[in-house]
Amino acid sequence: MVRLRDVQFSYGPRQVLRGVDLDIPRGKVVAIMGGSGSGKTTLLRMIGGQLRPRSGEVRVCDSLVPELGRRDLYALRRRMGMLFQFGALFTDASVYDNVAFPMREHTDLPESIIHDLVMMKLHAVGLRGAARLKVPELSGGMARRVALARTVALDPQLIMYDEPFTGLDPISLGVIGQLIRRLNDALGASSIVVTHDIQESLQIVDYIYFLSEGRVVAQGTPDEIRASTDPWVHQFVWAEADGPVPFQYPVSKPYAESLLGDAHV
Amino acid sequence: MFELVGAGFRAIGSRVVNGIWRIGFCARFFGTLLILSGTSFRRPRLTIREIYFSGALSLIIILVSGLFVGMVLGLQGYDTLQRFGAADALGPFVALSLLRELGPVVAGLLFASRAGSAITAEIGLMKATEQLSAMEMMAVNPIARVVAPRFWGGVISMPLLAALFSAMGILGGYIVGVIAIGGDSGTFWSQMQASVDFHHDVINGVIKSFVFGVAVSLISVFEGFDAQPTAAGVSRATTRTVVISSLAVLALDFVLTSLMLRG
Repeated sequence: MVRLRDVQFSYGPRQVLRGVDLDIPRGKVVAIMGGSGSGKTTLLRMIGGQLRPRSGEVRVCDSLVPELGRRDLYALRRRMGMLFQFGALFTDASVYDNVAFPMREHTDLPESIIHDLVMMKLHAVGLRGAARLKVPELSGGMARRVALARTVALDPQLIMYDEPFTGLDPISLGVIGQLIRRLNDALGASSIVVTHDIQESLQIVDYIYFLSEGRVVAQGTPDEIRASTDPWVHQFVWAEADGPVPFQYPVSKPYAESLLGDAHV
Repeated sequence: MFELVGAGFRAIGSRVVNGIWRIGFCARFFGTLLILSGTSFRRPRLTIREIYFSGALSLIIILVSGLFVGMVLGLQGYDTLQRFGAADALGPFVALSLLRELGPVVAGLLFASRAGSAITAEIGLMKATEQLSAMEMMAVNPIARVVAPRFWGGVISMPLLAALFSAMGILGGYIVGVIAIGGDSGTFWSQMQASVDFHHDVINGVIKSFVFGVAVSLISVFEGFDAQPTAAGVSRATTRTVVISSLAVLALDFVLTSLMLRG
């Protein structure tokens, strides 16, 4: 479904991805994990065609994404869904109108059918009763679930989740995790979950890639990851402060100089 | 010393290059906007909604300002004209001032500060909250779906608002010149009718307001679309919209007036 080969990408002089190889098979839920700034979201945006790699191959459904024209890219995106980290819901529209938006834009379905479809999607995320609420009236977890309903509104073949568990209470976290798995299986889709939440991910995904400093440093099934002795994986799974994954953003000045030197950063 | 001067030149050079780059980007943005404007007309509800937000919701400030500007014109006009024994010319004075200049220009300035700033802030915030990115990922072009209807809503609203501004201004001039001061009502209207040329005065005023509408709407949507996706970035973009739009209206007014007076 998705294949990345030797993908490199930079934001100006800062190289974010340094030769990433990755495969997302059809029907599978794959997690991409890594510390902040390791290039996970950049990778998603590249798969969605919002960013172009500096070099390498990004292939989705046998199409080379960076080489697609606008029309073909949009045709491909109609087969994708993306859940943004904070939902990216249309704040002036109701929950109902948010979920109906892709249907109204891309289909000629009558409003009565759209109504039924929206209610089915909202029922799947447990928010049928909130259809008439405005977005500012929703809690963070509810907003994420509405965004999820909108993401799968057109039954996409590829669903991308950008940090779907961030800031959720344990119940919402579990519900969203199960929804991701159930929706993927019900739609026969492929899912990419970019997340930090290792414990939740181990329960719902089929395969995990660990990204650090722009490279895939470890990969495997949840069982392989649990049993792994790889120091990268171990540090991440057991949330250890010490290990190969750096906590500090790279800095050239010694700490003492930063504290005792002049006031400039 | 040399380093300081060099840094100064580099800063100026950088600003000039950035300015030219932005003008080029704005021109490309305008071209894309025109190419993708089909949705605004195929789905008129999108544009009508924006006419409501940009036009109908600006009515209060336009009508009240028009009335007061007209009343001031009536007072000043009467005071000046009666010194030369030409108080009968108050009607044409008020009408020509409003139709040729004050109507389009002041309505343009008010439109920039009321509707233009709102358009920039709305698009900028949609960008900051990833709503535009979400639209892109849903295979919906945000320029066609969000930007173009707001642009055309502004372009259509502006001449209507300018016309209403002028109409209220003339009413304000009538209230002061005829009702308050006691001038002759028949003279006020008949002199106006005889002096105002439909093509030279009214149509030229409409052309001006249309051009101002294009300029202000383009600046508003461009600044919103190009805003940095942060609170400060949206705030700066909103301020830039008001400042650049106001300067553009005044500069374009000079250019258009020169061309119209030559013609």
